Amino acid sequence: MNPTTGPTLVDFGHDPLWLSIIKAVFIFVVLMLGVLFGVWFERKLISRMQHRYGPNRAGKFGLLQSVADGLKMGLKEDIMPRTVDKVVYLLAPVIIAVPAFLAFSVMPFGPMVSIFGVETPLQLTDLPVAVLLVLAMASIGVYGIVLAGWGSRSPYAILGGLRSSAQVVSYEIAMGLSFVAVFLAAGTLSTSEIVAKQAGGGTWDVFGLEIPQPSWYAISLLPSFLIYAITMLGETNRVPFDLPEGEGELVGGFHTEYSSSLKFAMFMLAEYVNVFTVSGVAITLFLGGWRAPWPISIWEGANTGWWPMLWFFIKLVLVFAFFVWVRASLPRVRYDQLMAFGWKVLIPLNLAWILLYATLKALRVPESNKAFILTLGAIIVVGGLAIWFRFDTLLQRRREAKAAQIEEEFEQLREEPEAGGFPVPPLDLPHYHGVLPAGQASTAVKEVTSGSN
Amino acid sequence: MNGYFSSYLTVAVLLAIGLAVVSGALLVNRLLRPHRPTPEKLLTYECGVDPVGEGWAQSQVRYYVFTYLYVVFAVDAVFLFPWATIFAAPGFGVATLVEMFVFLAFIALGILYAWRKRVLTWT
Amino acid sequence: MTSQVPDLWPPSAQEVVFLLLGVVALGSALLVVTTRQLVHAALWLVVCFGALAGGYLVLTAEFVAWVQVLIYVGAIVVLLLFGIMLTRAPIGRSAGLDSGNRVTAATVAVGTAAVLVTVVVQGFATAYTPLEPGGGAAATLGASIFRSWVLPFEALSVLLLAALIGAIVLSRTDIRPANPAADAGGPAAPTTPPHPPDPAPPPADGSGATAGETGSGRVSRDGG
Repeated sequence: MNPTTGPTLVDFGHDPLWLSIIKAVFIFVVLMLGVLFGVWFERKLISRMQHRYGPNRAGKFGLLQSVADGLKMGLKEDIMPRTVDKVVYLLAPVIIAVPAFLAFSVMPFGPMVSIFGVETPLQLTDLPVAVLLVLAMASIGVYGIVLAGWGSRSPYAILGGLRSSAQVVSYEIAMGLSFVAVFLAAGTLSTSEIVAKQAGGGTWDVFGLEIPQPSWYAISLLPSFLIYAITMLGETNRVPFDLPEGEGELVGGFHTEYSSSLKFAMFMLAEYVNVFTVSGVAITLFLGGWRAPWPISIWEGANTGWWPMLWFFIKLVLVFAFFVWVRASLPRVRYDQLMAFGWKVLIPLNLAWILLYATLKALRVPESNKAFILTLGAIIVVGGLAIWFRFDTLLQRRREAKAAQIEEEFEQLREEPEAGGFPVPPLDLPHYHGVLPAGQASTAVKEVTSGSN
Repeated sequence: MNGYFSSYLTVAVLLAIGLAVVSGALLVNRLLRPHRPTPEKLLTYECGVDPVGEGWAQSQVRYYVFTYLYVVFAVDAVFLFPWATIFAAPGFGVATLVEMFVFLAFIALGILYAWRKRVLTWT
Repeated sequence: MTSQVPDLWPPSAQEVVFLLLGVVALGSALLVVTTRQLVHAALWLVVCFGALAGGYLVLTAEFVAWVQVLIYVGAIVVLLLFGIMLTRAPIGRSAGLDSGNRVTAATVAVGTAAVLVTVVVQGFATAYTPLEPGGGAAATLGASIFRSWVLPFEALSVLLLAALIGAIVLSRTDIRPANPAADAGGPAAPTTPPHPPDPAPPPADGSGATAGETGSGRVSRDGG
């Protein structure tokens, strides 16, 4: 191994079986404890952000709150509705929970250390296609959602399941595409090598000036990182994309029929482990992995031995705190906006950025034909702009037509209190702004006539 | 050769531990929890009101179309991954870039068509 | 490829695993067509694809294996499930799953399998290739696609485009812009009570689709 950059692919696959089992059990224990205290941390942090105390009864600072909740869920009566498809109903929590753990097998926690005399990397295993494994596990997790929704045999569950899975698959594409720039920069799909590539930035040679290149891909590939940061919220069904459990419309979403039994705890567990997984991927691919950030890295021992595990853990806590911060700050988005954002903004932007970055990278290859690439780039930019302008005018026209249409509908509504035959409550109630009794001027307040359903 | 298989053996170990822990927890839960069903408890919960009629499980065609888009773009992404890893290698460069431009142009036509047909608009 | 015959007995651990995976794939494939419960058939298909992915893994084609999980297990079967849910997706046994031409179908299937097995055995019975770790990684695969197989790769994009457009044309007949009548026949129509004399006649083309879209968007379509 290279002492400065940490382990690479060749360092893996030599562990004796007992060591693999120790590592696997360790990952499990850490994730389980992580979920217990992650729930506590989230509740506590969000309470402080909202000027509340949060859980403070069970144990010191309420630390044992999640333990108590877990015990309660384990000992409660489990109610399985009569109409469910039993096999699917039982299978769903298992299918959602197990792959969530598996993705952590390729997460690098640190460099080579010595465990009981065996030199081994602080990572369960690494593969030449490690990131693909993470994506594959995420796509298996979708089954848990679809099957829980379908098997429950309840309208709210199936609606929540369908919505949730459509959302997860949409954001998974954007997530996969945001990795492409990282692969372009690193030239590999292996997590340990991606971390190694972020070890030290080279230098850019601009007009004789040596500019140190930032070593974190979060900085050098900022658009990818921003898109990833959004998709990781969408992928894990967290606020502001937590529509599957929009209580006001869907009760509990796909897990409505899983009262609060241990099966429900499995969904909860999977959600938090998935949050940890996407945070770990963010750290590994964009935030320098287990390597210490700049002020600490001045100390030579920072990136050796067991210390990097601490840096990784601190980064994980910070990213998780970001999730909580977002939850405390943002309202839930509407479903049509969510899908439109995923497909009309994130994916096209992502593709454009990949092509732009690839073009830039091709320009830096010494033997390439620069004039040709520049012409090609110019043609594509002009073509892209032309399409965009065409779309812009088209959308503008459409928007105006829609606004006129809504206006017309309101006109119609104002004229007749029966609202065109639609089953609506009486529109002339005093608190209702849709229609005012004759003689009063209409207010400027408008309802949203179309939206998600 | 051994490195390859022991890497995947490790993944299999983690899978086995995961399955064991999850199914073990569900099994222990089955032994520990009380079980006193009544007809009311076995009703579908829905939103708390007694359910009326048969539970239904019918989805809308738009979910299907979005999943279809997902298939197309997943295939697209899967081809982008190997492309990204070899792009910077010597001997590829511009020609590979142009190939991917053409590929993505076709895919982009697809998304433009969907956009134009307002499939991407959730109604 | 070499024609050097390796030792086949005793079988190595990989060969045993490969055989077992083959049995799982075959068994679950049989269950897909014989089970009487629609959604369970889709789940058996997942098992089948998973076993195939395992087979690829044993053959050191790891990129293909994970792509198999990502695309087939993660996308295609979800697509099938959503397709099943377009129908009423009944729980429990469905009587109508049995087709009358069972025997014909079985004969055709066995015949196809026989032809494939014969061809593969005849063609590759004496060809052996060593399994090299890393031989199926992304870089190797990418090099081979972008050096030797560029044309199929580009043709694939056209195929994907055609399939996408076909799916949109077939499935979303309700959003054809110039035909507001098609929208009225959509799922929302039965839930609307009979209209009083329509104050606004359907507008001419262009804004027609917008009218239909907004109108039906207001009544719950998911419940329709």
